Amino acid sequence: MSVFETSAGIALTETHSVTATAADGFASLGWLMIALPLLGAAVLLIGGKATNSWGPMFATIMSWAAFAVGLGVIFQMTGLAAEERSLSVQLWEWVSAGDLSVNVGLLLDPLSMVFVMLITFVGSLIHVYSLGYMEHDPDKRRFFAYLNLFIAAMLILVLADSYLVLFVGWEGVGLASYLLIGFWNWNPAYATAANKAFVVNRIGDLGLITAMAILFATVGALDYATVNESASSMSQGALLAVGLLLLLGACGKSAQFPLQSWLGDAMAGPTPVSALIHAATMVTAGVYLIARSQAIYIETPDARVVVAVVGAITLVYGAIVGCAKDDIKKALAASTMSQIGYMMLAVGLGPIGYTFAIFHLVTHGFFKAGMFLGAGSVMHGMKNRVDMRRFGGLSRVMKVTWITFMMGWLAILGVPPFAGFYSKDKIIETAFVGEGWQPWVFGFTALIGAGITAFYMSRLFFMTFQGKARWEDDQHPHESPKSMTVPMIILAVGSVSLGFILGPTGILENWLEPVFGHPEHHEPVLAIPLIIALTLTLVALGALLAYFMYWKSEVATEAPEGTAITKAARRDLLQDDFNEVFLRKPGEGMVTMLVATDRDLIEGGMVGKTTGSLAGLSDLLRRTQNGFVRSYAMTMLAGIVVILGAVWVMQ
Amino acid sequence: MTLVAYIYLATILFTIGALVVLTRRNTIVVFMGVELMLNATNLALVTFSRMHGTLDGQVYALFVMVVAAAEVVVGLAIIMSIFRARRTASVDDSNLLKL
Amino acid sequence: MTDFPWLTLLLLVPMVGAAVVAGMPRGFARSRELAMGISLVTLLLGVLIAFQFDIGSSTQYQLSEVYPWIPQFGVSFALGVDGIALSMILLGVVLVPICLLAAWNDVPNGNNRRQQTYFALMLVLESMMIGVFAATDVFLFYVFFEVMLIPVYFLIGSFGGAGRAKAATSFLLYSLLGGLIMLVAVIALYLQGPGGTEGFLIQNLTGLPIDASTERWLFAGFFIAFAIKAPMWPVHTWLPHAASEARPATAVLLVGVLDKVGTFGMLRFCLQLFPEASQWATPLVMTLAVISILVGAMLAIGETDMMRLIAYTSISHFGFIVLGIFALTTVSMTGSTLYMVNHGFTTAALFLIAAMMIQRRGSRQIADFGGWQRVTPLIAGSFLIAGLSGLALPGLNSFVSEFMVIIGTFQTYPVYAVIGSMGVLLAALYILLMYKKVATGPAPEEFAGTTPDMSMREKFVVAPLILAFLVLGFYPKPVTELLEPAVQTTLQNVGVSNPAPTSVDAEGNER
Repeated sequence: MSVFETSAGIALTETHSVTATAADGFASLGWLMIALPLLGAAVLLIGGKATNSWGPMFATIMSWAAFAVGLGVIFQMTGLAAEERSLSVQLWEWVSAGDLSVNVGLLLDPLSMVFVMLITFVGSLIHVYSLGYMEHDPDKRRFFAYLNLFIAAMLILVLADSYLVLFVGWEGVGLASYLLIGFWNWNPAYATAANKAFVVNRIGDLGLITAMAILFATVGALDYATVNESASSMSQGALLAVGLLLLLGACGKSAQFPLQSWLGDAMAGPTPVSALIHAATMVTAGVYLIARSQAIYIETPDARVVVAVVGAITLVYGAIVGCAKDDIKKALAASTMSQIGYMMLAVGLGPIGYTFAIFHLVTHGFFKAGMFLGAGSVMHGMKNRVDMRRFGGLSRVMKVTWITFMMGWLAILGVPPFAGFYSKDKIIETAFVGEGWQPWVFGFTALIGAGITAFYMSRLFFMTFQGKARWEDDQHPHESPKSMTVPMIILAVGSVSLGFILGPTGILENWLEPVFGHPEHHEPVLAIPLIIALTLTLVALGALLAYFMYWKSEVATEAPEGTAITKAARRDLLQDDFNEVFLRKPGEGMVTMLVATDRDLIEGGMVGKTTGSLAGLSDLLRRTQNGFVRSYAMTMLAGIVVILGAVWVMQ
Repeated sequence: MTLVAYIYLATILFTIGALVVLTRRNTIVVFMGVELMLNATNLALVTFSRMHGTLDGQVYALFVMVVAAAEVVVGLAIIMSIFRARRTASVDDSNLLKL
Repeated sequence: MTDFPWLTLLLLVPMVGAAVVAGMPRGFARSRELAMGISLVTLLLGVLIAFQFDIGSSTQYQLSEVYPWIPQFGVSFALGVDGIALSMILLGVVLVPICLLAAWNDVPNGNNRRQQTYFALMLVLESMMIGVFAATDVFLFYVFFEVMLIPVYFLIGSFGGAGRAKAATSFLLYSLLGGLIMLVAVIALYLQGPGGTEGFLIQNLTGLPIDASTERWLFAGFFIAFAIKAPMWPVHTWLPHAASEARPATAVLLVGVLDKVGTFGMLRFCLQLFPEASQWATPLVMTLAVISILVGAMLAIGETDMMRLIAYTSISHFGFIVLGIFALTTVSMTGSTLYMVNHGFTTAALFLIAAMMIQRRGSRQIADFGGWQRVTPLIAGSFLIAGLSGLALPGLNSFVSEFMVIIGTFQTYPVYAVIGSMGVLLAALYILLMYKKVATGPAPEEFAGTTPDMSMREKFVVAPLILAFLVLGFYPKPVTELLEPAVQTTLQNVGVSNPAPTSVDAEGNER
């Protein structure tokens, strides 16, 4: 089968299939990146109370150690030629039977190492932050154990060299997320949120499992190398199915439409968790999965369009929800959803979008984590309140938090020269590339999304830090300790500088080139300066609107009733109501019905009627057992006479 | 005299025994009825043995005697204990043999 | 040493041990230790036997022994193991000491023999378990299959909970029904075979030229017995009763090991002896398997009794096992046989840990719990791990097998595989909903602080199980290597080969 022509006329100038060579030198110790945090989690969980005093610090060190190993691997990689930067570490044979053989193996390539850096660096900073944030929690040790478990699982996810090993990390981060969302599960609502996250993710996982089943049935292997090589020989139907099923998996993990409902509730977890898992790293796994499966998506443009459509829907969806939320964490969660929508849109655009998606993923990891930590710092100073209508004017009392948050805010708005300007605007530009209806729809969606983003992020920022103080009487906001502010400062520095360090210099593009290839340059349907001008205008308009509504004018401490759209947006655009009516209620009805069937029909009817009729029959026969010896003797005699009579007749 | 006469005799004895078992109430008498039936059977067996010129029937008869002896021992013991417990030897008064 | 009757010895040690334990005088204080010692000796012997087993050997049954038993009827006392049987025997001998330890305080040592009887019955059960998996004579298998019911009947009927009488009777009647149908099929099968003094040996009954309709009847006779044993929907209703009324240790052996006779029998007898009929029945069996998966899972979601819930999860898991067996690919069948091992450990952990909480709370009703993560954190934590194994979390044992079943089945029956994989989602629901109701929420006032957490003895019960989860989850290779040759042999007997990948790579190389 020939290589399928892509619909948008995008062709690769060079093949992207780089075969991995066995790692030697320091890179062969790449497994340590996973093993160290895993060891940390194991020591803290098995060690029990004995590790209470030094456990959290130990976990933090383990996380930094993983970062150090990652740095070492990158250092070794930079010494290699670009096309040799794909190293493989084979550990042991995991699953093997018949034609199926999957090794536990790691793939250290530029793409995975970008993720390793993001995960371990942001993750370690958040470990440090948590030392302060969770200081007085009685279960601090368990918290750090779960954090380490998360880091290990996330690294398995990105370092895996096959879909199956990726799946281990995939569900592993799901588990860590479940444990951490439900960390304070003495509150039943939090326990429900944890369950919801896991179950919704399982729907996505089902997609991933089925995709692997199709891959195994068609290609006979699950490792990236073989799949990438054979993707072009798969049938269109299989490719489309795999593409859509992988997207389903990605939607679950990355909270994309229609599986986005869990992310808002996931904010039940401690704020560092929201920063690490539900903003910077885990939720971007879906983008990683699609970028990693580029060989499949290149062959199936239809699936790719679906990816882009899902991304576009989610980016608007998240933005609208973000405008209505008064809970600072839920507003940030909606924003995360929306920003990941941008990344999804970018990977859906094909090879021209991959690098920008990853770029935005990295910068987003910094500025969103920074803002979440800022939100955590605000909550720390405000006795864990999250209602922005009772904030305001915090810029005066929490200077560091205010300034670091401002950096993140400017970055997400895409104000030059902050990071978001380089990454998000690139995605908007790329969305305008193509033919037919697609560039116009995707392009303007991304453009308008940027405007709404500016509005709701400014709303959040102004309501929290500017304007009049609307604190409740018992509040005495104060700045957080150093262990919390230092990570925030570092992330703020990243939010400011990562954009122009990685973007215009081409560092990231060159680094990722061996994985994504070098796509031909395509002109957008609108001129680039025009797009930039339009974006910045919309952003300015959005921010100005927020300025007048939430800074200059009084913010009500009770939420006004609002329009129908506002009300719907407060309820996540009725997603939960939809699930309730169309999934949970029928499911519950089905279960009730089956339980009744099992009890009444199978056990009561089938089995019960059989045993019942047997009992009735024996009841009849029992009548003859009257206990009188003489009647028994009579029966015996009669029986003998009958037998003899029968014998006589026969003879 | 033909051997068939013995068979007739055995049949009559068996019938008398069976009627005794079925009609009488006193356990001891019922028991004697059973004995009568057994001995009628023995007579028939011995007669058949003679008719066929083999020893099988006689061997069976010996078996029956042994069983009958054992049965008398066990049966009388049961009757004795029932009598002691209930002060009656009527078969109709003991009807525990039902569900 | 290969001529040494290893398997007979393995069979006899717990049997003789049971007699010794039962024969101890009234009020003997050390019967538990004695029973434990015997089970450990059996375990050691089992491990020794595992080392005698040669994976690369071409003979189907190794360590085989054949002695004439009732040569007039063609019955021999024939034992032998393939990889599947050996793995099941090892599962059994590993689980018995764990169960004995878990059952340590089940029966108090009063001035009677109840404690001796209880532990002796467990050892008898172990012996029967070994026999049923090692028998290579169809009649001998049948004998073990039925005799096995006796110790279980008494374990449930005289040591179980409040509804034990009904549960034990229902268990016995169901099993006898299946067993008697099988007996007819066993005899009919013998009449089809070559007869003679070894006419019941499996080797002599494999590959018989039976005409199609007879074969189908015989298949049905065997299959019904195994479906009841497994148990599959709709003949499953005895299991929740038996599992919830039995002592947890008994429930573990019953669900974890004995029920595997059902799926084991499908592999060993249905597929091997009646290949044509098996393929003929496949659509029906697969449908029932998928229904078992989904209905079992949904019933578990709707269940309010913890032990019954776990029993229903087993019905769902057995559905997966049957699905994989009848999909007839190496991957799915190896997955199924591996699942048989994994499910033993998972169910054991679920039952035993749930029992620890039930014992402390004094109720099996899920609604009576809540917040136990803050009452007994260790027990709740290990319960979660066991639950995660039950919902097949990657990295824990069940995942590898469940995944292999799904993708292996997908090769031949994609529709069944996709519908069946919905069970993965439902599994998350029943486990997490139960965990939420049991362990999360505010700590209950009347128990927090006063209820003891896991004792040392209980730690020794749980630790080996969790260790097994991790080892089988991350390094299942030793077990799959043991299982795969046996699976291949079965597939050869059925006459099916694996489907090739539908796509070949650009160079045209077959992969």
